[in-house]
Amino acid sequence: MNKTVNPKDLTTDDDYGPLYAARKKVYPQSVSGTFRRIKWGLMAFCLGVYYFLPFVRWNRGLGAPSQAVLIDLPNSRFYFFFIELWPQEVYYFTGLLIVAAVALFLMNSIGGRIWCGYLCPQTVWTDLFYAVERLIEGDRRERMKKDASSDPMKLERISEIVLKHSIWLLIAWWTGGAWVLYFNDAPTLVKELVTFQAPMIAYIWIGILTATTYILAGYMREQVCTYICPWPRIQAALTDEWALNVTYRYDRGEKRTSVKKAAELRALGQQVGDCVDCYQCVAVCPTGIDIRNGPQMECIQCGLCIDACDNVMTKIGRPKRLIGYDNDINIHRRQEGKAPIYRIVRARTVVYSAIIAAVGGIMIYTLATRSLLDVNVLHDRNPVAVKLSDGSIRNAYTVRLLNKSGYDRLIAIDANGPVNSTVHVVGVDSVTPDRPMIVIPRDATSELRLLVTAPADNNPEKSIPVHFHVTDIGLGVVASATDNFVSP
Amino acid sequence: MTDHSSDIDSVSGKSTTGHEWDGIKELNTPLPRWWVICFYLTIVWAIGYWIVYPAWPLIQSNTTGLFGYSSRADVAVELANLEKIRGDKMAALGTASLVDIEKDPALLALARAKGKTVFGDNCAPCHGSGGAGAKGYPNLNDDDWLWGGTLDQIMQTIQFGARSGHTKTHEGQMLAFGKDGVLKGDEIVTVANYVRSLSGLSTRNGYDAAKGQKIFAENCAACHGDAAKGNQEMGAPDLTDKIWLYGSDEASLIETISQGRAGVMPAWEGRLDPATIKAMAVYVHSLGGGK
Repeated sequence: MNKTVNPKDLTTDDDYGPLYAARKKVYPQSVSGTFRRIKWGLMAFCLGVYYFLPFVRWNRGLGAPSQAVLIDLPNSRFYFFFIELWPQEVYYFTGLLIVAAVALFLMNSIGGRIWCGYLCPQTVWTDLFYAVERLIEGDRRERMKKDASSDPMKLERISEIVLKHSIWLLIAWWTGGAWVLYFNDAPTLVKELVTFQAPMIAYIWIGILTATTYILAGYMREQVCTYICPWPRIQAALTDEWALNVTYRYDRGEKRTSVKKAAELRALGQQVGDCVDCYQCVAVCPTGIDIRNGPQMECIQCGLCIDACDNVMTKIGRPKRLIGYDNDINIHRRQEGKAPIYRIVRARTVVYSAIIAAVGGIMIYTLATRSLLDVNVLHDRNPVAVKLSDGSIRNAYTVRLLNKSGYDRLIAIDANGPVNSTVHVVGVDSVTPDRPMIVIPRDATSELRLLVTAPADNNPEKSIPVHFHVTDIGLGVVASATDNFVSP
Repeated sequence: MTDHSSDIDSVSGKSTTGHEWDGIKELNTPLPRWWVICFYLTIVWAIGYWIVYPAWPLIQSNTTGLFGYSSRADVAVELANLEKIRGDKMAALGTASLVDIEKDPALLALARAKGKTVFGDNCAPCHGSGGAGAKGYPNLNDDDWLWGGTLDQIMQTIQFGARSGHTKTHEGQMLAFGKDGVLKGDEIVTVANYVRSLSGLSTRNGYDAAKGQKIFAENCAACHGDAAKGNQEMGAPDLTDKIWLYGSDEASLIETISQGRAGVMPAWEGRLDPATIKAMAVYVHSLGGGK
């Protein structure tokens, strides 16, 4: 990766060197160990959730969708288990995005780019595609040999390649397919998709996401992280000297020697490094870098080199974690003979955690206390007030009632405004005069025109507040809104 | 041009661009090949775009492209689709009776939305954007109607107008009693004060109520009624209420009596389709003053 280049070796068409370079293909070797196990586990969990969540059912009563997680675009509703969100509650997503962003910052201040290494979809799917590739074409050495061989292709090799790409495409297609299931009733849509009854847009999206999955995980791989994704650029500004990054502990590793030579020198009582220059850490790296060169832009902190190195250290009978999650401070401290210190709890992480807790708390509180019956009032602007023939004064309001519950509601409207004022809702002949009653259908809004009239003998002030109370007759739930009653 | 290739970064062993800012140099790393290919593809794409879509401005027009795409045509298509979507509902507006429209929340909402838009386009110049009216232009929010405030009456007024020249239009006007020499100046002042007294407004000192009543009975009661309650057949306003189209002060009243009044409301039949006129009638009725 970072060999010294002689200026004469630069392929120049002018003074600048080559304009572009082909990708150096990476052949990550399989590895086993702690971090590999964590990665397998997280992959299984994430993919399991992604692929199967649309099939989870959730009973919401008659006429409501029974899918646990559903983004219902035509009716602009978002369902998440027991939560149902309306478009005007989009601020919950804002809150979610804030929490997600700060959670990334927090991860970064604790363990660097662990998001990149363990949870990022690009990493997860690339890992999955590599697993398929290994299964079919063999491990690092075989794959390199097969790619490098200039022999004409044998049937066996061709079938290998075809099989690999077929499985890749199958995974990619399933990925795209799972995506569209979040936007419609999953079992129904699956049936429709299979019988070619589904709407065109579903097929288009499956096509798009199949293509992106196949290209990004099959071909682009680590280049997405290196060239395309902005997160690696941002993280440099978020990391600090305490963040635990995958670090080659050069205080312990240098000077690199062979196993035999190291044993000889140790017998003489000399200080030698533990690194035996076996290149296992480079062989397993999914981004193809050498971690021993120090922190690098390409490193996604996945810890696979730690596993590889640990396996080697175990074999040669040296302590583990020559490569580990660590920071430069500790390397310098060890060189000075001090014990390493780890500061997970520090100002930065406390502040991030506090922000997450605060935003999360606000969201949970507002969700728990939000009213399923709501009323918005808008005063007529033109005219603000109308004088009637008998001298009384009337104000008109546009009232929008929101019924977010799963059943129809019978509601009554009261207006506390000027003394002896009357309320009338246009188009509603209520059995109870001055207390109009209306049915709002389940999960819907209705807009009413409401008139408040103050009698002539009692001229109110220029402007007095008027309070609207909406009462659910059955449940006694009250929502209110305040506006003004204006006199001409 | 300076020779940059000889400038090698000592740490990475790669060549630099040779530029330097505060001791910081930029590595001359080659671009990824796929990236450059993508860049070239965007250029190819752009050229293709010029050919098939409108792209280049000319002196008077622009290149139209092979697809014949235009955003105006898009708008026409969108509007046609909108009409198609609304087709059933607008048809329902056309067939339902005015009373039924007000009874059905969905139809009422549609009629009010439609009516509001059309009102803004056609009626607001005189009646104001919310139907608040102005001097000489009736306020449509109140409960005082020259030609009647039931749904049917409002519909009729919108269809045929007032003094609009349409064969079915509302006719009737306030005569110019002064200009035509029917009443003399002092009689006009007296009757003006009498009319003010009908709705409880103050009157001029020393005005002769009996004389005013007599003048009114002889000249005005024919249209405005003996009790001055008005007559919607002729568009004669109620003179006993608190609402005045041309003002209630003495000067305005004297002007009205001596010059006469004959405001014009255009007829909309033929200019707007029946369903739209219905929607407008419902909208005006639902402003709150409807009877």
